[in-house]
Amino acid sequence: MSADTTYHHGGPATGAPIVEMKNIKKHFGHVIALNGVSFDIRAGECHCLLGDNGAGKSTFIKTMSGVHKPSDGEMRVEGKVVRFESPRDAMNAGIATVYQDLAMIPLMSVVRNFWMGREPEKGIFPFRQLDMAAASQVTMEEMSKMGINLRGPDQAVGTLSGGERQTVAIARAVYFGAKVLILDEPTSALGVRQTSNVLATIDKVRKQGVGVVFISHNVRHALAVGDRFTVLNRGQTLGTARRGEVDAAELQDLMAGGRELAELEGSLGGTI
Amino acid sequence: MSLAADTPVLPALAGARRLAARLGPLLALALLAVLGMLASPAFLSAENLMNVLTRSSIIGIIAIGATFVITARGLDLSVGAMAAFTAGLSILAMNGLAGILPALPAAILGLAAALAVGAGAGAVNGTLVVKGRVEAFIVTLGTMGIMRSLVTWLADGGSISLDFALRGVGRPLYYGTVLGIPVPVLVFALVAIAAEIAMSRFRFGRHVTAIGSNADVARYSAIPVDRIRMATYVLQGVCVGLATLIYVPRLGAVTPSTGMLWELEAIAAVIIGGTALSGGHGRVWGTVAGVLILGLVSNILNLTDFVSPHLNGAFQGAIIVIAVFLQRKRG
Repeated sequence: MSADTTYHHGGPATGAPIVEMKNIKKHFGHVIALNGVSFDIRAGECHCLLGDNGAGKSTFIKTMSGVHKPSDGEMRVEGKVVRFESPRDAMNAGIATVYQDLAMIPLMSVVRNFWMGREPEKGIFPFRQLDMAAASQVTMEEMSKMGINLRGPDQAVGTLSGGERQTVAIARAVYFGAKVLILDEPTSALGVRQTSNVLATIDKVRKQGVGVVFISHNVRHALAVGDRFTVLNRGQTLGTARRGEVDAAELQDLMAGGRELAELEGSLGGTI
Repeated sequence: MSLAADTPVLPALAGARRLAARLGPLLALALLAVLGMLASPAFLSAENLMNVLTRSSIIGIIAIGATFVITARGLDLSVGAMAAFTAGLSILAMNGLAGILPALPAAILGLAAALAVGAGAGAVNGTLVVKGRVEAFIVTLGTMGIMRSLVTWLADGGSISLDFALRGVGRPLYYGTVLGIPVPVLVFALVAIAAEIAMSRFRFGRHVTAIGSNADVARYSAIPVDRIRMATYVLQGVCVGLATLIYVPRLGAVTPSTGMLWELEAIAAVIIGGTALSGGHGRVWGTVAGVLILGLVSNILNLTDFVSPHLNGAFQGAIIVIAVFLQRKRG
């Protein structure tokens, strides 16, 4: 794994966690989706949450971002116990989530998507109107900071590549003051080049002091940018490792339950 | 990062097509006007055209409410029955109040009651759809049946008529003019302008559109999805109430067949105006054009012997199916 350090910025982040999840459980009827997951995220770090399909990653981040309410367990934001009733609560607490398929409406313009739900207004009630000039200007500026040069503010998100869409969503979250950014499989549908762009964006955001939660089942992408790695398997955390303490093979084993995968890899002749 | 290659190959061509789609309703309107001129010499008279506009304004106001509901990917089939129900209660209220109050305050309170009943009925629809999570189609089909039969019951199968003493008071609301413009047309125009501004320049319009495009994305973008969807149904109810204010003075009576098939006309107007039935794209001025198209079709049928005016509903039915078919092709 020579690419490990490509996007890495130095020592691990220290300080108190911004968000702390303790022993989170979530049941859907008789189905136990999460059975005691603990996780925390600090400013300026990228904490990777790894797990195979069905491990509970999605349920866990949806709990963190206010979509699901935990059945049991404690959640703290900057030391205070919180209970989110909706995604809006989580957002107000500084937790922003970028879902792979639910981040943007492709047919709408970049500006509309960027400001969706938080459209800037001007004027006095009842004549408060959208401030479209300001919306366009800010969007263009934020996009060019992230290295995306739009043809114009009205360009539809659908004309951007997958990586660029992720970047728009990330830029939006950061602009609106996210302290913690949850990225749900941001690289899983992308090509190699697009993946690099997204990983570079993550690094940029982390350097601004945002805590990034990077969900993935791709160990290589995680190792390229992560500071800490937590593996989830069948609704439970198998442990958290710091950068340098684990290698790709170990993480892969933890995610998939080890032995069977090793046999598979043997027959395929390489690391998956 | 470079821009992806999947942008339209010929932007100019795509732009022209978009422009054609935008202007479609206006072209259809112009075509109908020409057709009307050829069909009957009476068509072009100011009197006839004003008459078309005035008659269209009742459906028009309802259709503007429907534009928001449909843009948010909802549906309200109950508007016709709601109009009859609202009008019936409003007349009953006026008649009742006339016994204890002078005519003018009684009429004003009765009309205020129409707005309140409309908003209330819209709120019931909205609550069942949003909180009850029942398909809008089923909810409003049900409330359509309920309100329709309530009207029949209140009228005891006959009609609910406004007291003769009250008729003169409300009359200007339909027959009056301001600077030569009939009051209903003026109300319709004001509602349309306010709605166009709300749709394109207010947060509300953006949120309605976003919800219609993808409710999940909207929810994750911190848009209060339930509240906005609820608001569209209440707004629809208020529009029905407003339309009732104009309708009641016109005939001064409600029968079990009042407002029959208005939902067809309203939804047809919205769809031929270019609003997507699948939500996410609403055009208020398109709805206005759509209402006028339907009004002209009906007027031309009335003016000519070519086709029986009794087939008006068939034309509307065919138009709505064709419009949705064309939308399907476009998407």
